Amino acid sequence: MEEDRLLVRRIRNGTVIDHIPAGRALLVLRILGITGAEGYRVAVVMNVESRKLGRKDIVKIEDRMLERSEVDKIALIAPQATINIVKDYKVVEKLKVRLPEKIKGILRCPNPTCITRKEREPIEPEFLKVSEKPLLLQCKYCGTLVGEEEVPGLIV
Amino acid sequence: MPTPFKGRDVISILDFSREELESLFDAADKMAHFMRRGYVPKLLTDQIVSLAFFEPSTRTRLSFELAAKRLGAVTIGFASEESTSVAKQESFADTIRMLDAYSDIIIVRHRYEGAALFAAELAESPVINAGDGRQHHPTQAMVDLYTVTKLFGTVDGLVYGVLGDLRYSRAASSFILGLTRFKPSKIYLISPPLLKPRPEVKMVLDRAGVRYEEVEALRDVIHELDVLYVVRIQRERFPDPEEYERVKGSYKVTLRLVEERAKESLKILHPLPKVDEVDPALDNSKYAAYFEEARLAIPLRMALLALISGVEV
Repeated sequence: MEEDRLLVRRIRNGTVIDHIPAGRALLVLRILGITGAEGYRVAVVMNVESRKLGRKDIVKIEDRMLERSEVDKIALIAPQATINIVKDYKVVEKLKVRLPEKIKGILRCPNPTCITRKEREPIEPEFLKVSEKPLLLQCKYCGTLVGEEEVPGLIV
Repeated sequence: MPTPFKGRDVISILDFSREELESLFDAADKMAHFMRRGYVPKLLTDQIVSLAFFEPSTRTRLSFELAAKRLGAVTIGFASEESTSVAKQESFADTIRMLDAYSDIIIVRHRYEGAALFAAELAESPVINAGDGRQHHPTQAMVDLYTVTKLFGTVDGLVYGVLGDLRYSRAASSFILGLTRFKPSKIYLISPPLLKPRPEVKMVLDRAGVRYEEVEALRDVIHELDVLYVVRIQRERFPDPEEYERVKGSYKVTLRLVEERAKESLKILHPLPKVDEVDPALDNSKYAAYFEEARLAIPLRMALLALISGVEV
């Protein structure tokens, strides 16, 4: 994280999500359900140089440790992301994201006649992993396949 | 003796193995035998079967109703959304919960894909999918595959052509998916470019390792076919009426084409209703098997209801 040193200071405790594809930091926050209203100090660094990705985004969230189940959801849009759990300025744990077998409630089904799109029904959209590379998901209810390019536009 | 069907939901034809489908066909044979003999045992006495048709149907609804009644069950239900409290904006979920409280088996048809699976998640009683949007129509596929076994003695080793609206027809999709449970020699998917099968259907074919080819003209392949499965254009599922106008009348099976180019033993199946895609001159020919197919729906659906109820057939 040499690149962002000048932009954002180190955090004492919390989570640093690194190697997010450039331009997707805000989507990562949306997947994590972080709106800013929760009160955490959040730093978003976008479009910085990266040896691995060319350009990348970084998100730092102070005083919030991410759970494994939350981390894995990020794989939908940032499969190469690395999660650093920071305690007392030190990285105490590094996690790689792994796409879960089932993704519930994060993506809207693109098919307008899928039962999950029907109004006033107590149902949550759910996708099953078909393959991770390339990313391919299938709606559990209507069978519609969703590829990598479509995913960012479907995040609820 | 408990059966592997007892209490099961029937959502997709892919929920069933080849062995299970074959045991269903054996049970259907027994039902057909009872019907020929003129005495059908009342295997479903005291059972209530709900027919929840949120979308129009003739054959499927009537054949399920008849199948249930011939086995001694009582049927309740409705044949359109307009006649239910859905018209008062009741949710699908609440309607299903009510039917679950009233009945032992729920048969559901809905224009939304995934409605039957959602119903099965809500209901304790088994749910049978009688068609969910463009997606699945498993009991039609069971009828179709059963018809093929009656006509040819087997589903295996035959060359199939599936002609028509392969994009929106749930019957066509379910028939294609059902064939992957067997060993067809080859499947030709015959459709105008706009009506090709959906990617998820082709994904199942690829994974099953079934030999298939997408072609546009029936004329090019009809001489190879043992079974020609025809479906109408599903006008009601086109999001854009202009798109429908572009493909309307784009394919038709004529007696002349069949007599000129097809095998003598070719059989034509159609889930019905047919509109203009099959020449009525074929109806009384040796090639037409669609009315026989409609007839076989009764013993097949009787067998399915009996097995789902857990009675010995």
